[in-house]
Amino acid sequence: MATLEIDLDDRLDFRTGRIVLTGDRISAGDRSWLLSADLRLHHHDQAGVGALDLSNGRELLARWRYSMGRNAAALRFEREFNRLRESLASGRPAPPAVAGACPICQAPLAPDDEDCANCARELHTPPSTWVLLRLWRFARPYKGMLLAGFLLTLAATAATLVPPYLTMPLMDDVLIPFQGGQPLDQEKVLWLLGGLLGAALFAWALGWARTYILALVSERIGADLRTTTYEHLLKLSLEYFGGKRTGDLMARIGSETDRLNVFLSLHLLDFATDVLMIAMTAAILFTIDPWLALVTLAPLPVIVWLIHIVRDKLRTGFEQIDRVWAEVTSVLADTIPGVRVVKAFAQETREAQRFREANRHNLQVNDRLNRIWSLFAPTVGLLTEIGVLVVWAFGIWLITRDQITVGVLTAFLAYISRFYTRLDSMSRIVSHTQKAAAGAKRIFDILDHVSSVPDPVNPRPLPPLSGAIRIANAHFRYGNRPILKGVDLDIRPGEMIGLVGHSGSGKSTLVNLICRFYDVSEGSIRVDGIDLRSVAVADWRKHIGLVLQEPFLFFGTIAENIAYGRPAATQEEIVAAARAAHAHEFILRQPFGYDSIVGERGQSLSGGERQRISIARALLIDPKILILDEATSAVDTETELEIQQALNNLIRGRTTIAIAHRLSTLRRADRLIVMDRGRIVEIGKHDDLMAREGHYWRLYMAQSKQLDEPPPLGVEGAPT
Amino acid sequence: MSFGLRRDAFGRLVFVDADGSEREGVVPVRAFALSAPERGIALVSAEGRELAWIERLADLPEEMRTPIVEELARREFMPIIRRIVSVGSYATPSVWQVDTDRGGAELILKSEDDIRRLHGSLHPNGLLIADSNGIHFLIPDRGALDPPSQKILKRFL
Repeated sequence: MATLEIDLDDRLDFRTGRIVLTGDRISAGDRSWLLSADLRLHHHDQAGVGALDLSNGRELLARWRYSMGRNAAALRFEREFNRLRESLASGRPAPPAVAGACPICQAPLAPDDEDCANCARELHTPPSTWVLLRLWRFARPYKGMLLAGFLLTLAATAATLVPPYLTMPLMDDVLIPFQGGQPLDQEKVLWLLGGLLGAALFAWALGWARTYILALVSERIGADLRTTTYEHLLKLSLEYFGGKRTGDLMARIGSETDRLNVFLSLHLLDFATDVLMIAMTAAILFTIDPWLALVTLAPLPVIVWLIHIVRDKLRTGFEQIDRVWAEVTSVLADTIPGVRVVKAFAQETREAQRFREANRHNLQVNDRLNRIWSLFAPTVGLLTEIGVLVVWAFGIWLITRDQITVGVLTAFLAYISRFYTRLDSMSRIVSHTQKAAAGAKRIFDILDHVSSVPDPVNPRPLPPLSGAIRIANAHFRYGNRPILKGVDLDIRPGEMIGLVGHSGSGKSTLVNLICRFYDVSEGSIRVDGIDLRSVAVADWRKHIGLVLQEPFLFFGTIAENIAYGRPAATQEEIVAAARAAHAHEFILRQPFGYDSIVGERGQSLSGGERQRISIARALLIDPKILILDEATSAVDTETELEIQQALNNLIRGRTTIAIAHRLSTLRRADRLIVMDRGRIVEIGKHDDLMAREGHYWRLYMAQSKQLDEPPPLGVEGAPT
Repeated sequence: MSFGLRRDAFGRLVFVDADGSEREGVVPVRAFALSAPERGIALVSAEGRELAWIERLADLPEEMRTPIVEELARREFMPIIRRIVSVGSYATPSVWQVDTDRGGAELILKSEDDIRRLHGSLHPNGLLIADSNGIHFLIPDRGALDPPSQKILKRFL
């Protein structure tokens, strides 16, 4: 009926095993048990190791362990086991597994879909090394311009190759006959010099057009890349942001895209020109004299080989530099927003040291790289000189044997000097390509990351909501740490729920799941009977008003901040929302009223004022569901009173879920939900819960005791 | 209107409530000082409480509008820059000599961040420049400045 592959043994060594569920037995290896009504299979996990316990109510019969990658399969196995056992106990045939839902996470499935998008997305594929080719996706809209640029490059390169060719007749037909005593053919001289000037002018005009067009294109590609990456980044779930450093993400979108841009507009263009130039030069040289051409081109493979060797060493080095550079910016992004903490604890020297350390690391990596790099360029230079020498020697020998003219040798030397200087700059493409590829990889890392709260393929339209929320068997796991372990909760429309519990009990996680900042690992959350995963994320969030502990104000006017969720709101609506949030009067005290600018973190306003602006923001979107996450815990009691009044205006008629540490602020709640270690342990009103003398009572007593006792001297206020 | 306004002997604005009680030192405040100065004016008591809300200044009877307009004019100091005569340096802090609607003035620009771009229908192309002393200078439309002023301004934007 079902099998489970396990990959750990009792001593947690990696060893594969197998548990098999047949019609009436469960067996593993050479042991086997008959399915009976009292047989229980129970799964639990800790620190990335999952375990399935088989017991018969009196004793443990067997325990199987597996790594968390198999957790989904284990859960499926457990479910299958329970289904069979129940059917045996009741004597009825086993009910079929729930159709239309993912067997692992219970998410609704499309009828013709076998794999659940939620569960399948965990596959990790390493980024491809041909990552630069993927930039084509951004280049495609500019195909026409790119083609024009390429043709111009071709023409411009061809034009630059004309002057050396003209030196040949200039030598052989004009100068050498003149030295031999013949009169100067003035008309021919003028023609040739005119040809030289014309070719130069032509090359100049074509070069200008080419550079301009391609710079235009690459700038647009860069801008598209930047905006696409940023848009994608904003769509990623909070889980992604939680695991990344701000400085690193900023560097990727800012400087990395710029680096790619420079690569495309400058280095790649130069390289393409160089390749064309070399190909054309080689063709011309061979048509003039195949033997001399062969000798001229002989050092080319050596240089290519040299480039190849250095490439590998440089690639790792440049990736390392990128990481170190991100480290440097990360230190800044860490410290500058937290500068008050740094100063308060007098850790300036430590932070400076940390920065110095990051910079030293940067230097080290650069030094190591530069050692290889600095050797590279002179070596190419040396090879160039040797190459010229060989051409001189071979050319002189050919002239003495009358096989070529002086003009041919001059033309060759003129070509080869261009040729080898290009080789030198071509060799630089290696480092530029590596840098650009490293940058592109880091950008595509973002672009390839699929949001862990994906929008459904065919999102259901969300009808007007009543605000009833049903949480069924919600599990949530952060990494391998289980946070929620089966939460069931029904919230009626318009009800106010207070979530209570120690920190780390899963209150905020539950709220984050309701907001769909994360998705449940198992179970479901439905609003008015609709699974949250089947509607578009943005549609759902429009119905949620969120007031956080740390209200975030964006740089802009107060009016813009209040209207953040509904930019089209009129001034009257903004004022009305601010009044209801008790923010109107202090806003009037600002220099330009609602037009006053508040900073990134709203420094010019107090915590309570910022909070009231964020309440006005939530009021303005008139949400059906309201979430207050420690909305009053960052302010003093007096301000809290004012905020509480503002909140009372906000709560009216809305399904409200409030988290508060200070239990007194939840007095208005219809029901209090007490959570402990990822589970709901008590539900009820304040008085009932107090009478029960359980978890809530203990929490409450601990707090009131704290408040009664005067804080020890020298300590500022009791923690609340 | 369910309230009255008068000036007392000290020149202060006195607010007369519907029931006849009086409050001195009332201050009119524009809610949207930059984007909609003529709409949404609050009368605020000396303690910072809002006493009355005037949706539109134009709707008020003449005898009440005049003291409010006077009081606003006395309190609001936002010189409008007509011309930038010269700037001390293009690096901040920089001393600017400007011609304003209130005469010639000198302002010290601490950093480029103190130049605020205005949006909205009233001054779509406007700038608000905060002087180091906290005085705000308004440029209602930077396109309307003379070319030399615009050239100077461009170096700071």
